[in-house]
Amino acid sequence: MSAILPAFPIRLEKRTDRTPRWVQAATPVGAFLFAFVIVTVILLAGGHNPLQSYNAMLQASVTSTSAISQTLVSATPLLLTGLAAAVAFRMGIWNIGGEGQLYVGAICASGVALAIGAHGIGLALPAMILAAMVGGALWAAIPGLLRAYLNANEILTSLMLNYTAGLLLDWLINDSNSYWRDTSGASAYLVAHGKTIPGSADWPAIGGGNFSVPFGFLVGLVVAALLFVLVRHTWLGYQLRVTADNPGVGRYAGMASKRNFVIVMLLSGAIAAIAGASQVGDFTHILDPTGLQSPQYGYTGIVVAALGRYNPLAVVISALLLGAITNAGINVQSATFPQSLTGVIEGIILFCVLGSEIFSRYRVRVGAEKATVTA
Amino acid sequence: MNHGLAIQLIATGIFYGTPMAIAALGELLAERSGVLNLGVEGMMLMGAVVAFWVSRDVSGPNGLVLIIAVLAGAAAAAAISLIHAFMTITLRANQVVSGLALTIFAGATGLSSYVGDLANLGGNPGRHIMNAINVFGLKNVPILGPIIFNQPALVYISWMIAFAIYWYVNKTRQGLHLRAVGENPEAADAMGVSVVRYRYAHVLMGGALAGVGGSFYTLVISSEWTDGITSGAGWIALALVILAFWRPAGVLAGAYLFGVVSALGANLSARGVQLPPEVFSALPYVLTIVVLAIVSSGWGRGRFGAPAALGVPYARDGG
Repeated sequence: MSAILPAFPIRLEKRTDRTPRWVQAATPVGAFLFAFVIVTVILLAGGHNPLQSYNAMLQASVTSTSAISQTLVSATPLLLTGLAAAVAFRMGIWNIGGEGQLYVGAICASGVALAIGAHGIGLALPAMILAAMVGGALWAAIPGLLRAYLNANEILTSLMLNYTAGLLLDWLINDSNSYWRDTSGASAYLVAHGKTIPGSADWPAIGGGNFSVPFGFLVGLVVAALLFVLVRHTWLGYQLRVTADNPGVGRYAGMASKRNFVIVMLLSGAIAAIAGASQVGDFTHILDPTGLQSPQYGYTGIVVAALGRYNPLAVVISALLLGAITNAGINVQSATFPQSLTGVIEGIILFCVLGSEIFSRYRVRVGAEKATVTA
Repeated sequence: MNHGLAIQLIATGIFYGTPMAIAALGELLAERSGVLNLGVEGMMLMGAVVAFWVSRDVSGPNGLVLIIAVLAGAAAAAAISLIHAFMTITLRANQVVSGLALTIFAGATGLSSYVGDLANLGGNPGRHIMNAINVFGLKNVPILGPIIFNQPALVYISWMIAFAIYWYVNKTRQGLHLRAVGENPEAADAMGVSVVRYRYAHVLMGGALAGVGGSFYTLVISSEWTDGITSGAGWIALALVILAFWRPAGVLAGAYLFGVVSALGANLSARGVQLPPEVFSALPYVLTIVVLAIVSSGWGRGRFGAPAALGVPYARDGG
């Protein structure tokens, strides 16, 4: 019933009963407090005044309507890639290909926008989203099918496809005369860049004055709600949860685990691809290889999903949190909050939350083992 | 293609393949014990930045400073791999998420960059660089001279590491235990092998080797520090472990193949051959997918497949 650790006398006992509610509530709070303490120590060790750094972060991300709008810009891709990771991981499917699926989504969406964007937003917007979803789903189908039918580990195949998709982006813009590349005039060859999509295909931002919400963020909210309903209240969601928690039971009950596996991969890839479409439609309006690759939205989305414990509604909150941190890193960029702190803080929060889950799965006892009565 | 060019390509391939090979050898040890660590890229960057920092600030004879710098890089990377070990082995957290968290924590916009900022490392050339050694004075021997006898010391060290790992895994009692821990931890535990200790030790060794691989970038290849200097080598290292079927000799061969292919890509485009460089860069990734598909199914699984318990946390009560 217990494992003895090498250095210190801590024993873990598996919880056989339901985790008490107070533990469920206190665990994430404690994890965040612990993360806060560690980040403060790192700031102090780096010669920063933590109060100034936290203040700069709040000013950049939270304390005014324009700051909140900026946070939403950073949170939009993270929300979508976070949802993509959450739906797969919840089902025990380790799709870490959100990064590449996002690139493919951006390629498809910008291609469609270049082709039919001039016909107006009413046609362009749904067409861009749809094209991105199809592209992302097909890209995700590769690891999905390889896993379902050849048993190839989807962690590794989806990871390799991220780099392949990144190179595809580079090739389309930097090393070919593709449909996406601006080839008009000599200057277009000096600094390779993509064609700008027609203005009538730019996605509308909702809001007024200093405050605006990117359209992609609203799409993300809708996707979150749909996923919540899908997982909790549909037959497919039920099958998926059963198969994820206990594959043997799922098979015994006649649930098609291979087919379900592929379905979840397609869904996850389609959602990650919307993040790529949103980057083009909402923000950059061109296919920009560097701009898509350097922020690593796909990988950060996995952090977002893990922080939200793979629950679609909680992912909305964790996307906002990481959006605020990312945004502070981009917009402060000074000695008080260097951009390198973004990764440090994200990593520490994730480690603390991940580590704290032990409390909901196990009782942690300190001290030497006593005789325990086992039922 | 003429003779001289081929020799030059192979020599360059070995040179550029070496850091990936060293990191992959470390990852091989961790994976053989059943722990997947996706934090290789982050660990390499930590090794790269700390090795560079030490090489700038420690004074002494060139060789001694370089040895200290490489060891410091290894220690730094091993230190952060300890986070992954604690998370996944003691706290039984998900290995995929924890490994990615490690790369984000230490990676190009994380701790390695923060350390680089604090120590003001960017934009200044290093004070020590590891040059090629003319081994036994055989540098000018035809064919083999440039390929084998004129490389920096870390290349020769990587060969020793690869052989040592081969010997350790296949010929020693501890190596047998290691394989048992990775293939069937329940049985290993029943034999009296401590799964926890074996996994900790090999994740830490994996971290240390990733750090050595990272230091190759700042001490040998470029002698300067920029954020994200390893530019994805950590991910190629992960691919290499698979391509090599978790065997050290395969890791070296695969790393050199990729080194040669990328050198070939640069060479061909300089000669006006119309093949996009991305095709060559994509080769490691595509090849890995193909190999994975082949070795994972049916026939290949037992012979070439991943350690059976790879990615699965171990707990006596079934976790």
